[in-house]
Amino acid sequence: MKKVQELIAPVALVLATALVALAVSSALQTYFLDTLLKVSIVVALYVFIGNSGVLSFGHISFVALGAWTAGVLTVPASQRAAIMPGLAGFLSHATVGNVVSLLLAALAGLVFAFVAGLPLMRLSGLAAGIATFGVLEIVNNVLRYYDTIGPGLNAFSSVPETTGIWQAAVGALICVVVAFAYQRSRFGRQLRATREDPAAASAAGISIYRQRLVAFAVSGALAGLAGGLYVHMLPIEIDSLYLDLTFITLAMLVVGGSVSLLGAVVGALAVGGLDSFLSAAENGVDLLGWHLDLPTGTAVLAVGALMALVLIARPSGLTGGRELSLGRLKR
Amino acid sequence: MTLAFLNISWQTLADALSLGGIYALMAVGIGLVFGVLRLVNFAYGQLVMAGAYAIAYASVWGWPTWAGIVLCFAVVVALSAAMDRLVFRPLRTQSPAVMLVATFAIAFLMQSIAILSFGQLGTIASSMGSLNQPWDIGGVAFRKIAIVSVVVAVVCLVLLQLLLTRTSVGLHMRAAAMDFATARMLGVRADRVIGVAVLVSALLAAVSALMLTARNPQVTPIFGLDDTIIVLAGVVLGGLTRPIPATLGGFTIGFASGILGGALPTNQSQYLPTFLFAAVILVLLVRPNGLFTRGVGSVERL
Repeated sequence: MKKVQELIAPVALVLATALVALAVSSALQTYFLDTLLKVSIVVALYVFIGNSGVLSFGHISFVALGAWTAGVLTVPASQRAAIMPGLAGFLSHATVGNVVSLLLAALAGLVFAFVAGLPLMRLSGLAAGIATFGVLEIVNNVLRYYDTIGPGLNAFSSVPETTGIWQAAVGALICVVVAFAYQRSRFGRQLRATREDPAAASAAGISIYRQRLVAFAVSGALAGLAGGLYVHMLPIEIDSLYLDLTFITLAMLVVGGSVSLLGAVVGALAVGGLDSFLSAAENGVDLLGWHLDLPTGTAVLAVGALMALVLIARPSGLTGGRELSLGRLKR
Repeated sequence: MTLAFLNISWQTLADALSLGGIYALMAVGIGLVFGVLRLVNFAYGQLVMAGAYAIAYASVWGWPTWAGIVLCFAVVVALSAAMDRLVFRPLRTQSPAVMLVATFAIAFLMQSIAILSFGQLGTIASSMGSLNQPWDIGGVAFRKIAIVSVVVAVVCLVLLQLLLTRTSVGLHMRAAAMDFATARMLGVRADRVIGVAVLVSALLAAVSALMLTARNPQVTPIFGLDDTIIVLAGVVLGGLTRPIPATLGGFTIGFASGILGGALPTNQSQYLPTFLFAAVILVLLVRPNGLFTRGVGSVERL
């Protein structure tokens, strides 16, 4: 159980972010909220990509499905016909509470990832990358135009905005703890073994297919949960759950260091923090007596450049793919 | 005048052929770089976008068409060389996943530069507009660009095939694509081979930019992005490691999306990406190494 120490650093980082968020003005708080949410998504990505070493571009589709599930079921029934006139069947009236909607979002992510994974986990390398990209394209395309199951192109307005700092922090902590429990379980260990040496792992009796499928489903559940948290934070629309989010979350994972949980959290917080700071500076901020006012668009540019730079200079990420434990600190 | 079955008109067919031709050029451009560098260049679409902006601004400044074309080639080749020098070279030894995410970052960066400097709304590339006029052949009006792009694609592909099979640098490129380490030991100069592959791939991107702006003169920061995503799927579908399977994959997916876009009724054609990517996933499940690869090739072990 000594290894439980490794959980301390990621949990502390999330808690510290949440505590700082409580201290700042409500205008700045939205940035912290957004960053905490990114932590959930990146940790979900990490569970599959980090442990298996297989790239997936499909996870944002699980986030989108989670958002759709939680969003549709929590818009008050009286307003549903006005916002989403196309809804059919039980979707047009069934209503659930906040927590239940989040659980259902996670369930939607879990079931969809499992079903999609059944065929897809037979692939690896580039074929897997393109096939998971295909899943993203298909889900995005269907949610965008099929308004029988959601708002289609419209934004998710009237969803109760329950994701404040606490809900976002608790969600991120759940993701971190589940990811940690998974990677310490025999499933996680077996999958990591297949990542390091597929031939040796399968010679030792590990089914690569089955282990990848388990990880895909677990990370699908976490991504679905993150989607539920997202839709309860602001009125999102389908375009914000597509390529840009896929790119930024993948880049966060790689920048932090894709093979450690700490790397996922550090990457999300570092890139999210920089992005938030520059976005705030575009509207003008006061920092240590200086007034900083950057031209619009600086944030996107700087974040993109930083990512390219980190990837070139330190491809194993900021943490170098290591966890932090007390033993390491003493040494 | 229509092909009675499937309700496909000759115009749709010509359009699908031309889209297939352009996608084939982009596919072979991506495939060539993959061959020597084992790098999937997601930023290829942004090279096309930059070329399209060059044409658009040349026509806004009132330059003659030929000058716009020259500018397009110059911009794309310069950017491509910079990309190779600043990004591909330092990352050459990294895993394909890191390189792919890095090109993702470059794509994102170039797109945000375009948004910052040219705005979201886009610019019209009017100089290629004359190619969008109809052309009457045997009583059927075709868009000129449909014919022109098929011809240009065929010419480019024949030239490329000659380069690869009849010149020594082409031979070196094919050797490097088969086995880079062994090719180097046998005296193939790595930087030269990679340089030529990047250059040829940039020329193909510039040609694709010209053809695409003729089809759709509205140049925006996301110009060519959707095309690149589809082409990437097509390249993997066909088989990445050799030029001919990659070309066929690009052509197939362009042709298929052209035909489907024309044949599906309007209320279903919005689901075109769903059909297309479902087909891609199905093919990959059956033939993970690509549709047009022969034998075992480079089998992914396990």
